Amino acid sequence: MSTHKITDEVIDYVGILAKLELNEKQREKAKHDMEEMLEYVDKLNELDTENIEPMTHIFPIENVFREDVVTCGDGKEATLSNAPEKKDDGFKVPKTIEG
Amino acid sequence: MISIEKMTAIEISKNIKNKKISTVEVLDETIKQIKEKDEKIKGFITVAEEEARKQASLIQDKIEKGELLGPLAGVPIAIKDNIDTKNIKTTCASKILYNFVPTFDATVVKNLKDAGAIIIGKTNMDEFAMGSTSETSAFEVTKNPWDLTKVPGGSSGGTCAVVASGQVSCGLGSDTGGSIRQPSSYCGVTGIKPTYGTVSRFGLIAYGSSLDQIGPVAKNVEDCATILETISSYDRFDSTSMRRDKYNFISALKQDVKGMKIGIPKEYLEKGIDDEVKEAVLKAAQIMKEKGAIVEEFSLDLVDYAIPAYYIIACAEASSNLARFDGVKYGYRTKEYEGLHEMYKKSRSEGFGDEVKRRIMLGSFVLSSGYYDAYYLKALKVKRLIKQAYDEAFEKYDLILGPVAPTTAPKIGESLKDPLKMYLSDIYTISVNLAGLPAISLPCALDKNKMPIGVQFIANCFEENKMIAAGHALEKELSENFVPNFSLV
Repeated sequence: MSTHKITDEVIDYVGILAKLELNEKQREKAKHDMEEMLEYVDKLNELDTENIEPMTHIFPIENVFREDVVTCGDGKEATLSNAPEKKDDGFKVPKTIEG
Repeated sequence: MISIEKMTAIEISKNIKNKKISTVEVLDETIKQIKEKDEKIKGFITVAEEEARKQASLIQDKIEKGELLGPLAGVPIAIKDNIDTKNIKTTCASKILYNFVPTFDATVVKNLKDAGAIIIGKTNMDEFAMGSTSETSAFEVTKNPWDLTKVPGGSSGGTCAVVASGQVSCGLGSDTGGSIRQPSSYCGVTGIKPTYGTVSRFGLIAYGSSLDQIGPVAKNVEDCATILETISSYDRFDSTSMRRDKYNFISALKQDVKGMKIGIPKEYLEKGIDDEVKEAVLKAAQIMKEKGAIVEEFSLDLVDYAIPAYYIIACAEASSNLARFDGVKYGYRTKEYEGLHEMYKKSRSEGFGDEVKRRIMLGSFVLSSGYYDAYYLKALKVKRLIKQAYDEAFEKYDLILGPVAPTTAPKIGESLKDPLKMYLSDIYTISVNLAGLPAISLPCALDKNKMPIGVQFIANCFEENKMIAAGHALEKELSENFVPNFSLV
């Protein structure tokens, strides 16, 4: 675990997951930064956490149930007011289905 | 007309109630202060003069009719630009939200408006609150009012700088790893990070959802307690909101600290800390002893593991939270693209700054299959160990006293060259967020360059009142005047 090599494949994969496009220079920098960061966070491996339960929430959180009643009314205009592009009553996006 | 520049929020509202000054006059004076000073400080991204004027006359009316009696009625307040304000642009200091105008108020903003406070503007910050200096903002670099060549800290640097420079009496920040307390320390103001779940996150643009809390920044502990009491509420719009029995933070100002047990983690004073910061902590300890508290050093485990655990958890959550910025529903959309996928990628790549991209990528990596267990799960296990270390400490102590940051404010431009070094400035604040604890930062001393040094009291969950009482007691004994004397030329 102590030596990683962030390969081109890894950085490409992360780019796909993160939906980010990097040019050659940014890509090299990202590889370098991520490697440095991972080396730093590897410090956690000094701790034995074998029998420790991961902690997602500080307080016990339970599902909250309620009746499904409409309360906000029609928020169509407000919802669309910040859209970069809109058409009729919807967000306008590039064609998504090839046909 | 009386000058409000040096007044606290409570003093302003008292003067309005006693008819020494009107709400509209307070607003005029505030706008004058902002126009004079903010060209140099650059603490605001947006000044909402028009909206504020509409509010001011309505509020004056209600005060005169006796409908608004609270301690914030008529008080202008600055809001960090990651908190949604209806009809006022909210950018997160990011190009990707450069034109975003929320259609609703965050719950904290609603609570403030209900109390008669006037939203005067939106303050600069690190982009999406990712940074410790406010330099990663896409729009401007905020200056520290104590020395314009230095950073105000971050990420709530804008709020802290406009309060410190007397443009407003108070404001709101948000704290994910120290983002209220560290800039408060650098700017010589007081800030509170509440227990997780105390203040609603509804309308706070999320960074690390399990760590984020909104909190007050002001000139003293009394104002902070008052604002905290105003903004805290159970909120069904925030699934992590806690229903607390009491939100009586103002009552803590009357509480005595005699017999209180205070522990200082000896690891905090051992290495990497500036001598003058260490002296400030010991000075605070001495004052607390004189006030009748029992103060001793103890060992707090795992100090060095908080930052790595934090960055894994915060970046993982950020990579998921920031997935919503895709150029479809709001904000920036790239100009030229072919197909949906390219539009997403180009909008995000052009819209986010370097630090944000760095954290989204790290977060995506630690959550990806094959690495999830080794990084994300490991960090969540360490989080439990850190929580346990605090649980043990609070079996012995009412409060923990320590530094806020290892040094006073660094020079502008110094920190971004080395992100890892910048991350270290949060070493004393970050574990508090991992454990969901409340903490207060207040100025305690000035260093040889006349830069403010803050100390913090950390309390167990839901025990804000102990730290407010301690902060209030300490503040009363300090002889320094924590008002910067900056030149406008």
